[in-house]
Amino acid sequence: MLRYAVRRLASALLLALFVSFLSYILIFAAGDPAVALAGEAGTAADAERMRAAYGLNQPIWVQYGRWLWSVLHGNFGRSLYFDQPVSTILFGRFGVTMTLGVCSIVFALLLSLPLGIIAARWQGSAVDHLVRTIAVVGQAMPTFWFALLLVILLSVTFPILPTSGSETWRHFVMPTIVLGYFAMPALMRLTRSGMIQVLESDYIRTSRAMGIPGRRILFRYALRNAVIPVVSLSAAQFGYMLAGSVVVETVFALHGAGLLASESIRRSDLPTVQALVLCFSMIYVVLTLAADLVNAWLDPRMRS
Amino acid sequence: MAILSKAAAAAASILMMAALQPALAGKGDDTLNVAFGLEVTTLDNYHEPSREGLILARLIYDSLLFKDQKTGEFKPELAKSFRFVDDKTIEFELRPGVKFHDGSTMTADDVVYTLNLVTTKEYNARYQIAVSWIDKAVKVDDHKVRLLMKAPYPLALEMLAGNLPIYPKAYYEKAGPAGMGVKPVGTGPYRLVELTPGTRFVFERFDGYYADSPKGRPAIKKVVVRILPEVNTQYAELTTGQLDWIWRVPPDAARNLSRRSNLEVKSAQIMRFAYINLAPNFNDGKSPLADARVRRALVHAVDRESIKKAFVGEASQVIDSACNPLQFGCSTDVAKYGYDPAKAKQLLTEAGYPNGFSIDLLSAGNPTAQVEAIVANLAKVGVKATMVEQPFAAALSAWREGKYGMFVSNWGSYGVGDVGLSTSQFFSGTPDDKVKDPEVMPLLKEADVSIDRDLRKRNYAKAQARIADQAYWLPLWTFSITTAQNKDLDFSLDPDEFARFYFAKWK
Repeated sequence: MLRYAVRRLASALLLALFVSFLSYILIFAAGDPAVALAGEAGTAADAERMRAAYGLNQPIWVQYGRWLWSVLHGNFGRSLYFDQPVSTILFGRFGVTMTLGVCSIVFALLLSLPLGIIAARWQGSAVDHLVRTIAVVGQAMPTFWFALLLVILLSVTFPILPTSGSETWRHFVMPTIVLGYFAMPALMRLTRSGMIQVLESDYIRTSRAMGIPGRRILFRYALRNAVIPVVSLSAAQFGYMLAGSVVVETVFALHGAGLLASESIRRSDLPTVQALVLCFSMIYVVLTLAADLVNAWLDPRMRS
Repeated sequence: MAILSKAAAAAASILMMAALQPALAGKGDDTLNVAFGLEVTTLDNYHEPSREGLILARLIYDSLLFKDQKTGEFKPELAKSFRFVDDKTIEFELRPGVKFHDGSTMTADDVVYTLNLVTTKEYNARYQIAVSWIDKAVKVDDHKVRLLMKAPYPLALEMLAGNLPIYPKAYYEKAGPAGMGVKPVGTGPYRLVELTPGTRFVFERFDGYYADSPKGRPAIKKVVVRILPEVNTQYAELTTGQLDWIWRVPPDAARNLSRRSNLEVKSAQIMRFAYINLAPNFNDGKSPLADARVRRALVHAVDRESIKKAFVGEASQVIDSACNPLQFGCSTDVAKYGYDPAKAKQLLTEAGYPNGFSIDLLSAGNPTAQVEAIVANLAKVGVKATMVEQPFAAALSAWREGKYGMFVSNWGSYGVGDVGLSTSQFFSGTPDDKVKDPEVMPLLKEADVSIDRDLRKRNYAKAQARIADQAYWLPLWTFSITTAQNKDLDFSLDPDEFARFYFAKWK
């Protein structure tokens, strides 16, 4: 088990590095970082000066090698804009994103698991249809639009929640609903189909025949097996919430890692973008690993 | 049942908390709440690239001089008085007893230190145009400083008024740009009391501010600036009174906001203007743009007046010269090409393009609707322009490398009211200049370094006449900025786009 985990981590690390090299090249393809650094009103001479000052005139692979070397020494470098170490900036931003991500995935699971179970238990009934409608709406509705609807409802018409910022828990209510609702449909449908499949299986029929109470069968025997793919998917969804919450972060002015990433790309802030890409890919790696470990715990057959 | 009543109690308590939410904005707690859309990365004036950041910097720092936006007059700020010793030397007598926010007193040493530091190559100031003309600063005595220029520079006073803030030597030596970026210390009317990097800035009136500053003692005690990247969130907060002032509101949103009884919407003309750069030498001079008749036809083809009316903003003006008429040296006595599609077709036919031609139109930093309207106008005379929208940095590089023949963008002239920073920026042989007209370049180069205002005016007018005659540019319109603000707020934006919150007051 441990050897497996270590091997997976090592190959994942290589993958993360490859991704970071790709993103390095893409930043250059998206526009000359020196021109971006010189600012909107920067002259060609300003850009030239920036190129020399930040070593942007060297071949890309030399620049990348230099970056990699310092990262391997635990140094992410300094932001080209904030005049601060990248690690300091990231630390603050990931706090916001983590809070939002955890709240949203919990909200999504609290919604999708019961709904999925209910829909499966009473498959084909009106309740099932209602649940599936809720899921389809969640999947189809663009997040920014839903976010703005909530703002109009809960901040403008009935001003009970703040629109922007991350100071208190109240600031996280609307973003959590939006992001959680977006992640819910996939989890719900997987719970539902998993439950339906399990409920039709032989061992459940046998348990019923043995007279074990319905509730016990549902939660103790069926759910445990049905939920295995949901765990893997939750990990992926959680990773997506951390890296892809930029729209929600923008609308609610939560200055998290997603917003920082999009702004940094716009500014060609290479060290910041690179550190973010590395963090995001590492998060995915760790999460999938964690999901596998949880699954192994849920399903003894996977432990061997 | 028990669960239900618990849920109800929880819901009720949430509503109670919401009701207890403090009144956030405005006159009541003497706090001006402002939102910007773009992140401010540092409060070190010499390293911040964005206009928003520089606006905040001017709350914190003062410069030697101040420009009165209404009269155009230069007034002493940190200086008590100033005089030109000769063409290349200005002497400043400093105001005695001016305090920095950390309690120390400003002296000639701070001035000399700042000006000599920011001009060095190693310091790498973001906008070299503000510092590159300075040779050095010399201390005469504790309250007297001389500034020596490399060559006579007509924009010296413009740069000294706002673009060259004075830093405290002792603090900056210790804190450096990184420290100054988050814990700034200046002599300005407001001091920073709270900061969440990049997202929220709280300023408080500086009680030790010197009484006779041309910025005056601010009327409003606190200014809270937040970065709200989504405009709809800004509108929501403005509507509910959590914000008092926002800017860069597009015309359609402005119409909606103006219907709200608690808001006031204002439009102000600014220095920025839009243009289409044409490159006669594009594709080694083998493109249709090489022919002056084609270029004139393009100007005739675009219905600038209608597009301006629909998409640009109330206070904007259509322009015919390669500059903003608000600027010194911007002549409007140039060839004008009104909207005339028939004439455009005729000119194209004369030039050998009766069926028009196809070309890429590079675009950066423009509202898409405006550019699409231009493209539609060009199509009517047979010119099939394909809009290629790129981020600013990418577009600028591509233009400088000569990859495109037409580039539509806009230019703010650093907020400076002088064509030395507009016409000259594009036609004096710089890498942005894809014309390199041998008649125009020497005229501009001479005017840019002369302090003879009549000569400058004459040269600029000649150059602009030649540019318009040859239709090297398709000048579009000046920009206006629409602001939406709390009805109780008495505040207007100046044409240089530097929102001066220290002049704001409650009605």
